[in-house]
Amino acid sequence: MRARRSPRRVLPRPGLTVASAAAVAVALLPLVYLAVRAGEAGWDRLTTELLTERLAVLAGRSLALAAVVTAACTVLGVGAALLVARTDLPGRRAFGVVAALPLAVPTYVAGFAWIATVDGFAGFWAAALLLTVCSYPYVFLPAVAALTRADPGQEEVSRSLGRGPWATLLGVTLRQIRPAVAAGALLVALYVLSDFGAVSLVQVDTFTRAIFTAFNLGFDRTGALVLSTVLVVLTVLLIGAELTTRTRDARYASTAVRPPVRLGLGRWRWPAVTALLAVLALALGVPAVGLARWLAAGVSRPGSLAEIAAAAGGSLSVSLAGAAFTMLLALPLGLLAARAPGPVTTLLERLTYVAHALPGVVIGLSLVFFAVNVAYPLYQSRWLLALAYATLFLPLAVGAVASAAAQSPPAVEEAARSLGRGPFAVFRTVTLPLTLPGIGAGAALTFLTCMKELPATLLLRPTGMDTLATELWTHTSTAAYAAAAPYAAILVVLAAVPTWLLAARTGLTDPGGTR
Amino acid sequence: MTESMLTVAGLAKSYGAVPALAGVDLDVRRGMLLAVLGPSGCGKTTLLRCVAGFERADRGTVSVAGRTVVGNGVHVPPHRRRVAVVPQEGALFPHLSVADNVGYGLDRAARRSGRVEEVLDLVGLAGYGARMPHQLSGGQQQRVAVARALAPRPPLVLLDEPFSALDAKLRTELRADVRQALRADGATGVLVTHDQGEALSMADAVAVMDAGVIVQCGTPAEVYRDPADPWVARFVGDAVLLPGTVDDDVAVTPLGRLPLRGPSTGGAATVLVRPEQIRLATVGGAPATVVRQDFHGHDALTTLRLDDGTVLAARTLDEGTGLTAGAQVGVTVWGQVRAYAG
Repeated sequence: MRARRSPRRVLPRPGLTVASAAAVAVALLPLVYLAVRAGEAGWDRLTTELLTERLAVLAGRSLALAAVVTAACTVLGVGAALLVARTDLPGRRAFGVVAALPLAVPTYVAGFAWIATVDGFAGFWAAALLLTVCSYPYVFLPAVAALTRADPGQEEVSRSLGRGPWATLLGVTLRQIRPAVAAGALLVALYVLSDFGAVSLVQVDTFTRAIFTAFNLGFDRTGALVLSTVLVVLTVLLIGAELTTRTRDARYASTAVRPPVRLGLGRWRWPAVTALLAVLALALGVPAVGLARWLAAGVSRPGSLAEIAAAAGGSLSVSLAGAAFTMLLALPLGLLAARAPGPVTTLLERLTYVAHALPGVVIGLSLVFFAVNVAYPLYQSRWLLALAYATLFLPLAVGAVASAAAQSPPAVEEAARSLGRGPFAVFRTVTLPLTLPGIGAGAALTFLTCMKELPATLLLRPTGMDTLATELWTHTSTAAYAAAAPYAAILVVLAAVPTWLLAARTGLTDPGGTR
Repeated sequence: MTESMLTVAGLAKSYGAVPALAGVDLDVRRGMLLAVLGPSGCGKTTLLRCVAGFERADRGTVSVAGRTVVGNGVHVPPHRRRVAVVPQEGALFPHLSVADNVGYGLDRAARRSGRVEEVLDLVGLAGYGARMPHQLSGGQQQRVAVARALAPRPPLVLLDEPFSALDAKLRTELRADVRQALRADGATGVLVTHDQGEALSMADAVAVMDAGVIVQCGTPAEVYRDPADPWVARFVGDAVLLPGTVDDDVAVTPLGRLPLRGPSTGGAATVLVRPEQIRLATVGGAPATVVRQDFHGHDALTTLRLDDGTVLAARTLDEGTGLTAGAQVGVTVWGQVRAYAG
């Protein structure tokens, strides 16, 4: 056994490590360039821009929105997860799947549906409601997964030591899932800070909207730059805060094979069902009604089909380029993560998450400046947009490659070598067949995520090229709801696929998952 | 004397400052199954991985069927060594059927020669060729892994704790079947295990390993009856170690004068008695008090205290069971004992 405990060399696979470092460098290009520009602007200029009342108001509003939405999502997400995974709620399996679906609705699509349905839907609380019903699955999904996989032994011990079911739930179960919930809440907070589509549509001035307006209307480069820098700092602070809580939380083994104990709801069964239905009505019902109302009118508009086809073609071409480029960068990193874990690998992986957490507006803006000043041939090309996608979605692809590589463990490859096949033959007959499905799924997931991206696409798309997301945004901004509806419908269908994959991965759709 | 299929000489390997192998010597003859037995962390898995070629040794030589694969600047890659491995969890190729798994190490002609069916039959899985690995139980997967290793008729098969993930009853059954399959195929094998029962019951020879060196190598009976030192005695089976003195060919112990096996220098000594050599009687023998009795079904292990405070254990069959704590018995020793100086 000692072989597996051996102290690792600092650079276990030099070639792979170098390729990974290069991939990370490319992905971090926007962030680095942002820092360079901020440095060039000079300290005096920065402080005069920073210490303004407008910035204080923006920061206060953005943080307040993030706090309200994160708190609401945590309550909703954990509550729904407990009901689905740990009680005798009627129809809990169906609820488990349906409650994850709001993730399939991009917030700007939901925003379109709400303002097309409810007159005067605008302002802070409208944004808070919209973002909450769209992003609570970020907490719900990991909480359900943690509840399903938590070791029932700990709960049984607590019960045997005289704690009742509710005391056990509070004292043991909720503590077991705390790391998962904290990670989910961080995703929500980061998402709210980076959201552009929804807050713009309901006319709430947060950092992202202010950055976009400053850049788009006045071409106020320094203003946009300063706002972006502040947003990056806020993002990094949030990640740092979550990291410090994570180091204190033990990792819980997911070795449970027995189904967990379920609590009887008694006379609270039907009130609980009603509450869940109400949430789902807000999260899914309103968008569905809004879409249905406008879709027929939108499709029958003259010339609409050609316009939709052109936008779909645009989406397809930029997303294919984006997915291809992202997978290219992800391959060495994913392999390194699966085969040579160690401090260097962990550092490289973490760095990809930094860029992932940054708002698309910031990435887009930084790349515009970068192309204009440094790499002009890239400006207005789809490869610049592909670079933005790679920066934003690299961790998704790395995760897919790493878990695919784990499908072909070293022991299997060693057994193949010992049977007389050379390294290349083993790669062809064992490694490749085992990892290709996972890598393909990762590429598809990245592709679909690129299709949904809005802010970076708005900033970086070649002039004259429209995508599904930009068309939806343009039409909604001008209150052309019928024209916007077909794009919203297509985007919802496209986004449903990765959500389904995510739900399947957390075990929600397994026959035994939430029984 | 049959030819040597594996020769290991002076093999050493360190991870940083931690030595995993500190000069290992081994010799395995054709058709033999050698068990490398040791506690976890003793270096036995590292030894196996160095022989297979998955790890590079720092020093020493390894020859397989007379061909040097490690040593003098040579490091033959794993796929050119013709050393087949049966890993701990089987590590079957999950995307290949049982037949394709077993045929993986064969060339096209050999695959069509019926060798796949032959080895599947050897491990008791005739007719399972079309199944996929996930349709098999843990024990069946392990049988396929053995068949896969045997199929190309390698000069040497390495088994890395292949039964440790199975439950006790299945393990016993599989040990006997795998031993039978290896013998029927004329294969030479090295089995790495921490389970002394497995090593003693399966192997033709047992190499006891501790802290990166082979402490003793011999037949199972030799290792059990004549352990090289008190540590081996305790690791391979239960041991009662008594203080005593050696007087010519007799050991003087609290249990009386016991006849010695093997040579021993005179003077103070530690005397090894196996619990099954200790007999209990109602009259005669050294007087002792029963401390407790652990009943195992097929026998019972009785813990006793002599009047001078020495604690010892006796393994008794039916006639010795049913003793309660505090009962007074007499203790005698049957057969010869072993003494270690000091």
